[in-house]
Amino acid sequence: MRRTLIFAALVAINFLAVLAAGCPQSAGDGLTVELLNVSYDPTRDFYREFNALFAESYGRKTGKIVKVDQSHGGSGKQARSVIMGLEADVVTLALAFDIDAIADHNLMAKDWLGKLPDNSAPFTSTIVFLVRSGNSKAIKDWDDLVKPGVEVITPNPKTSGGARWNFLAAWGYARKKLGDDGKARDFVTELFKHVPVLGTGARDSTTTFVKNEKGDVLLAWENEAQLCLREFPGKYEIVTPSLSILAEPSVAVVDKVAKRHGNEEAARAYLEFLYTEEAQELAAKHGYRPRSDTTLKKHAEKFPKLELLTIDGDFGGWAKAQKEFFAEGGVFDQITTKK
Amino acid sequence: MAGIVTKQAKAGARRARGPRTPAQIGLVLIATVFLVVFLLLPLVVVFSEALSKGLGLYFAAITEPEAMNAIKLTLIAAGIAVPLNTLFGLGASWALAKFEFKGKSFLLSLIDLPFSVSPVVAGLIFVLLYGTQGFLGEWLADNRIRVIFAVPGIVLATMFITFPFVARELIPLMQQQGNDEELAARSLGASGWQIFRRVTLPNIKWGVLYGVILCNARAMGEFGAVSVVSGHIRGKTNTLPLHVEILYNEYQFAAAFACASLLALLALITLALKSFIEWRGHSGS
Repeated sequence: MRRTLIFAALVAINFLAVLAAGCPQSAGDGLTVELLNVSYDPTRDFYREFNALFAESYGRKTGKIVKVDQSHGGSGKQARSVIMGLEADVVTLALAFDIDAIADHNLMAKDWLGKLPDNSAPFTSTIVFLVRSGNSKAIKDWDDLVKPGVEVITPNPKTSGGARWNFLAAWGYARKKLGDDGKARDFVTELFKHVPVLGTGARDSTTTFVKNEKGDVLLAWENEAQLCLREFPGKYEIVTPSLSILAEPSVAVVDKVAKRHGNEEAARAYLEFLYTEEAQELAAKHGYRPRSDTTLKKHAEKFPKLELLTIDGDFGGWAKAQKEFFAEGGVFDQITTKK
Repeated sequence: MAGIVTKQAKAGARRARGPRTPAQIGLVLIATVFLVVFLLLPLVVVFSEALSKGLGLYFAAITEPEAMNAIKLTLIAAGIAVPLNTLFGLGASWALAKFEFKGKSFLLSLIDLPFSVSPVVAGLIFVLLYGTQGFLGEWLADNRIRVIFAVPGIVLATMFITFPFVARELIPLMQQQGNDEELAARSLGASGWQIFRRVTLPNIKWGVLYGVILCNARAMGEFGAVSVVSGHIRGKTNTLPLHVEILYNEYQFAAAFACASLLALLALITLALKSFIEWRGHSGS
């Protein structure tokens, strides 16, 4: 009998622990601020350093202690989680489109894009090629990717923000070089025949390429490619194609959540801090193209000039590109099922 | 899922006198090679990768705050899911094995549901139920109760996944034992609770333990369902398996395998306990 009682007591204690954990946390004592930044995959290392920098600066200015929690995953998946209730104070995602989806559910103002400078994208990136040292398949530009025997690693555009940029960059190149959308479609169809596995996120594909040593060329964010050079010196080379696409990973305050947490002011300060020289320098260090001209010039050899298409200028904006290429039954579905 | 089937074991012992014909030797060889390649080698790889950067880094990797938090959360989830599912499993198997009633087979297949549903789908069910756009989402948000992307969601998902383990273990065992001893106890004037405690429970205690151990192993190792409901907030809603994935994705392979080795150790302990219980159950019955 006694054992049964002890057992029952243990169960009860466990229940209480869960209830306590599930209870809403108090808004805090006004001195500590807890922010949750829901971000996409490759920014893990950047935000780890940035958060420390911000905590220090914000603490100096306001006397408050800031703790920033991070959540990372594929950009589309992360947006979905925020919509379903992941309590992000700020989102820093791969695409404006994913933040638009959050705004569509009334978690923030629809005009969020204009609230911060440069389309709310404090740094940019582009898509480059990462090849194994020596570049034995002699890959120089997009048309080399469809040569016989070349295996290309890229994630699935359905789940990964980065992969949509890869897709559109390839499309843009082919359209420019071959003349029209029909030929671009043939080119991209051929390109995806050279993809042995579609990963779920950018980091997933990088691991496939780096750790599992699959494929000859990885289509990657420039920052991700530079990370690989730093982590595995001498094993890889970056090939910058003649033309690529300007990626503007956007940031926004999730107004409704930040307001509920009483974090509006800190959340805005957090994002504004991304535009300071210190943060821009940190961005450059992690392979993101800084918006600040002085910082960009300082790192000119790291970021070679190339022709860059834009989503708004060349594809009519994310909403249109998404619908045309990546929605259910869109171009991506058509060319991959035909295979 | 076979449980403690003593008859089969005895029959096996009578037949086994070592392989004799080339075909028999060949079969044994194939089985051995298969076991080494698919079970033993991966285990060796986990531990050798974990220790590849030395013992210092190994302990640093499993004692850093995010790892400790992941371990804590895993223990909390298993600590709640396992006792509750044990209670439930005992009740359900008792009702199903010892009594006849309408809808019995429906209940039985309902208990099996978590086995037949993919863990990812199980996780999505909880997101759809408790997410802010979901069925109960608005009410939960109004009352500021967080379920998914927080600890309760992880516990719920773990419970759902490990629901059938104890029940599934006990139902065949209890059915096999039949009702005779209970009926004898009843005729001697024992009350329902006395019958359960003094007759039914002692007969199945090894089976219960066996189920609890399997349930616990799965609760601590569950990845798919928990991954969907976790929200992946570092140091807050990452369980040990999720933490392993994160470390792996950050190119911290040694640290990832160090944490993975904890799960592998758990598997080894489970295996040892399981063999011990099978041995005790065998010699006890």
